[in-house]
Amino acid sequence: MIVTRTGQFKKSYAADAAIQRTNLQRIAFWGFVVAMFVLVPRVLSTVWINNVNQVLIAVVGVTGLNILLGYTGQISIGHGAFAGVGAFTMAVLNNRWHVPMLVGLPIGAAMAALLGLAVGIPSLRVKGLYLAVATLASQEILSWFFEHMEWLTKQKTSSVDVRAAWLHIPGILNHKFKTDTDLFYLFGVIAVVTVLATENLMRSRIGRAFVAIRDREIAAEIAGVNAFSYKLLAFTISAFIAGIAGGMQALLFSRAQITPSQFDINLSINWLAMNIIGGLGSVPGAIYGATFLVLLPIELRNWITSFRGSYRWLADHYSQIQDVLFGLIIIGFLIFEPDGLNAIWLRIRRFFTHWPFAA
Amino acid sequence: MDAQLSISKLTLAFGAVRALDGVSLDVAPGSIHAIIGPNGAGKTSLLNCISRVYQPSNGAMRFEGHDLSRVARHNLVRTGIARTFQNIALFKAMSVLDNVLIGQHSRMGLHPLPGASGLGRRLLDAAGAAVEPLASCLYFGPIRAREAAHRAEVEDVLEFLELQQVRRRPVGELAYGMQKRVDLARALAARPRLLLLDEPMAGMNAGEKEEMVRFIRETNRERGVTTVLIEHDMGVVMGLSEQITVLDFGRKIMTGTPAEVRVNPRVIEAYLGEDVTRVQEEEAAAGVSATESGAEFLTAFEAVPSAEERE
Ligand SMILES: Nc1ncnc2c1ncn2[C@@H]1O[C@H](COP(=O)(O)OP(=O)(O)OP(=O)(O)O)[C@@H](O)[C@H]1O
Ligand SMILES: [Mg+2]
Repeated sequence: MIVTRTGQFKKSYAADAAIQRTNLQRIAFWGFVVAMFVLVPRVLSTVWINNVNQVLIAVVGVTGLNILLGYTGQISIGHGAFAGVGAFTMAVLNNRWHVPMLVGLPIGAAMAALLGLAVGIPSLRVKGLYLAVATLASQEILSWFFEHMEWLTKQKTSSVDVRAAWLHIPGILNHKFKTDTDLFYLFGVIAVVTVLATENLMRSRIGRAFVAIRDREIAAEIAGVNAFSYKLLAFTISAFIAGIAGGMQALLFSRAQITPSQFDINLSINWLAMNIIGGLGSVPGAIYGATFLVLLPIELRNWITSFRGSYRWLADHYSQIQDVLFGLIIIGFLIFEPDGLNAIWLRIRRFFTHWPFAA
Repeated sequence: MDAQLSISKLTLAFGAVRALDGVSLDVAPGSIHAIIGPNGAGKTSLLNCISRVYQPSNGAMRFEGHDLSRVARHNLVRTGIARTFQNIALFKAMSVLDNVLIGQHSRMGLHPLPGASGLGRRLLDAAGAAVEPLASCLYFGPIRAREAAHRAEVEDVLEFLELQQVRRRPVGELAYGMQKRVDLARALAARPRLLLLDEPMAGMNAGEKEEMVRFIRETNRERGVTTVLIEHDMGVVMGLSEQITVLDFGRKIMTGTPAEVRVNPRVIEAYLGEDVTRVQEEEAAAGVSATESGAEFLTAFEAVPSAEERE
């Protein structure tokens, strides 16, 4: 007998609203998470663990952006700056007032959330392109601020030294997150929590209101959704998560410094690209997009620099080539697969779910 | 009886176009009140004013004692009014279920102590709103229970409108007639006391229309929902409504029973767009019918028994 997972039968409405629709999917999700936690530190080289850590940061950041852009339909080209607010708040609090990094992380995210709230206010009146410009302006203002905050960092430059996160529970735990493996565990937990929290939010009343605003704002309002306050909420939550990603970024550099240029418009644009390529309005999509666009340039660089001897020109112009390629990939997705990698994955899965009964 | 909805001297202008020009009308509680008129007469504009899409430049709108011009758009549902749209305004990417759940949005807030009243209640509601995002992220007890309870409630609406088969389908995939039905489902999920329907049967085939008529009638009779109905199909209008208001070029021509509307020469004139007697003379002379919509209108008038006649 052939048993395939072709349909779903639910007994109660509570079970009906479950995120992972079938037990199989739930097992697959947690199996994947556990496997990652077990395998990554044991199988991968430190270089690759570092790559995975960068992926996890992007997963968190893009998941945050996705709440605003993918689900609520409000664009932001300012998320790099929100990440910066999270990172610098955390680092400055630690440097000047010795606030532990892991305490500073949520405080930094809360600061980012406040700024997100403020930046979201124009969304009451402006939409689309105009909102893009408004958020871009706040990105530039915050970037300028980061460049000129020696008075705040109390150092010669705007860069801030970053120390390792330190988890200290007297008598129970005393651990510094120094190595890439340490950070991997920390980031892994943050990413899993962020993803699950976002899934939960999106299947509740708030998430439905976000999508309703995106699809038909006036109809949503007439149905009782206060569009303005929900947009502000989306900006706030989204910026909070971006702030967390910023803090993670800072911790990743915990043997060096964080500098303003790490949180400039490039980061905003990168996250935007990851969200679009992964698939707007889909939590797994944000994960695929982040993974794809973090690893692609790394692999590409390895590949191109391997031509150093024979094709010197390629290796020398690596960064321009990367930019062009990025642009082409984004345009390609916008034209051929606007729903992103997630849609491709769903198609593949549908094929195998119904195979061999239907193609 | 006192009017439940009372519109007086409503005026709405788009530049030089007066979409509404001093329109007054009263809707009695529990009635079905139709609004008819040729294309561009201002019917949708009237509904848009009542549902707070447009702010009229002049005039007053009262609903159960509330001054509607002071009600924010998102508070309309709490005031007791829901509507459907002429050109279906559903949330395309969402499933039928989620679309209907949005109709219940304003009844889904977290109220820590539902019994409380006054300032205490307001503070508690504010607290509920403040913790809701975090609580939703955790999807723990109260949130889970609330979602399940409302999900069960939606099921009632789906059953009533016979939408169970498609509950999980994204509405964008549904046929036009089905989408119209989901639009109605979303409005009903809000449990309104006044329902505003903008051409709920436009573009439907005869069978679909019949079903829709049945839904509207049952909603009105069994749930006691007052209904304002814009519709071009005169057969439907004459059959359903107790009162009919006729608009033309933003002005009200008359309000009356179907029987009264049927014999009013100004109404017929509005539909024909010409002097009715001249048209009738011409028709008599040439043996042809007048403009299409006018002709349809007139045939419908003669053919369909009105609600009172049927009782
Ligand atoms: N947003 C708008 N901007 C400019 N003019 C408008 C707008 N909405 C309506 N109008 C104009 O107001 C007048 C009334 O339009 P309305 O949509 O209320 O008519 P209607 O009676 O609903 O017609 P139909 O039967 O075709 O739906 C028309 O002349 C229309 O062109
Ligand atoms: Mg209309």
